[in-house]
Amino acid sequence: MSGQSDLELVNKKGIRLDGRKAGELRNIKIEAGVLENADGSAYVEIGKNKVRAAVYGPRECHPRHLQDPTKAIIQCKYNMMAFSVSDRKRPGPDRRSVEISKIIAEALESVVLTELYPRASIDVYIEILQANAGTRCAGLTAASVALADAGIPMRDIIPSIAVGKADGKVLLDLNKEEDNFGQADVPLAIIPKTNEIVLLQMDGNMTREEFDNAIEMGVSACHEIYELQKDALKRRYAAAMKDGVSDE
Amino acid sequence: MEKRDARPAREIVVPGDLLDNGGSRPGYGTYVLDGKIYASRLGVKNLFSGTVSIIPLRGRYMPAPGDMVLGMIVDIGPSNWLVDINAPYPAPLHVNEVPWKVEFGDTSRFLKIGEMIMAKILMVDESMKIQVTMNDSGLRKLEGGQIAEISHSKVSRVIGKSGSMIQMIKNMTDCRIFVGQNGRIWVDGDTDSVTVAVGAIKMIEKEAQTSNLTERVKEFIGSKIKPEEE
Repeated sequence: MSGQSDLELVNKKGIRLDGRKAGELRNIKIEAGVLENADGSAYVEIGKNKVRAAVYGPRECHPRHLQDPTKAIIQCKYNMMAFSVSDRKRPGPDRRSVEISKIIAEALESVVLTELYPRASIDVYIEILQANAGTRCAGLTAASVALADAGIPMRDIIPSIAVGKADGKVLLDLNKEEDNFGQADVPLAIIPKTNEIVLLQMDGNMTREEFDNAIEMGVSACHEIYELQKDALKRRYAAAMKDGVSDE
Repeated sequence: MEKRDARPAREIVVPGDLLDNGGSRPGYGTYVLDGKIYASRLGVKNLFSGTVSIIPLRGRYMPAPGDMVLGMIVDIGPSNWLVDINAPYPAPLHVNEVPWKVEFGDTSRFLKIGEMIMAKILMVDESMKIQVTMNDSGLRKLEGGQIAEISHSKVSRVIGKSGSMIQMIKNMTDCRIFVGQNGRIWVDGDTDSVTVAVGAIKMIEKEAQTSNLTERVKEFIGSKIKPEEE
């Protein structure tokens, strides 16, 4: 965030380093049901980010003292692979990944109908295969598709995206350079049906106007991602139906 | 757990999809927000006599009273056994609920860890405490045979309309088959026909959403069985 450089992140025409405009998303690819042995799974690519999420459960909650007799708990593990960044990432949980696991679990808890499964636990594992800024958003996007794929009852699917500021301009979906040398990074997740915000963090500085503008930009991008998430799930199961017929 | 195939239009819905603006009653797998009915899980939309519900495509088995299930003994206590019935919760089987007279502390003589039983769900309370029983006709310990596991949402397809599918598999392969509501299926017979029966069951699971399945399963079994008889 605080890094300084002579790099021109946004040129005079308003075009960014990777050729996008200020309010443009990177390419997004979402696939549901990619893993055989998990109850539900999803794979998400947002630009150069590659994320895989797996869901197990509801199942018996293991450290017994974490059980809640009124509802299920959601346990989330966000993990970056050692090769996901250019300097090797030292494996294992660290302060950052514990934080991200916690906020993602809390965001998911707001949509999952946890009261249907008292004393149980729903386990979400998010693996970052390749990182290029915005992995917590990609992780949450993947995790909510994986939850739906696992057949877990939930109110809605959560899309998530980051907005930020670089070279004094409000930008959507920051990439690595904009994240490192920009002025602010704001990851955001919403429940599309009600526009409730379920995840919001800010790193850096923005004025009130810039912030309002950024949120507006992020919310409309979230709705776009939401359509992709729904499409991924429907595509997966529509394909399963067709497969059966053509197998004949 | 009788499920009806209703309309030819089988629409896949995902959590959050709008199902109905009003007029229908909310059924299984749905929730109501501002008077509108939304899907709460991934599945196929089903409209049946004024009720919209979701037939789930995925998901864990949730025990319901009266369900016949196949369970594995995973733990033994002095007056009960703990049965794994493929649900998110363990199911205790009390000594009063078995057809034998068991002395206190003598439980391991009757059922050992790893053995399979047929059981009925006696009750499930709101905190998901389960009790199972073996005191009903036909319930027993399973000896021999093979267990096939499928997704519990495909069980009704394996059974078929009023048992047509399972009856056909039984007749054609000459196997003894018991289908548990929890997606576990016990198949017993001579080795080759068990393999065919399990193959047919796996085929049903894979192609559960397609039409005319009974015919194709019949063909499948026919093609596997014939060579041996000739």
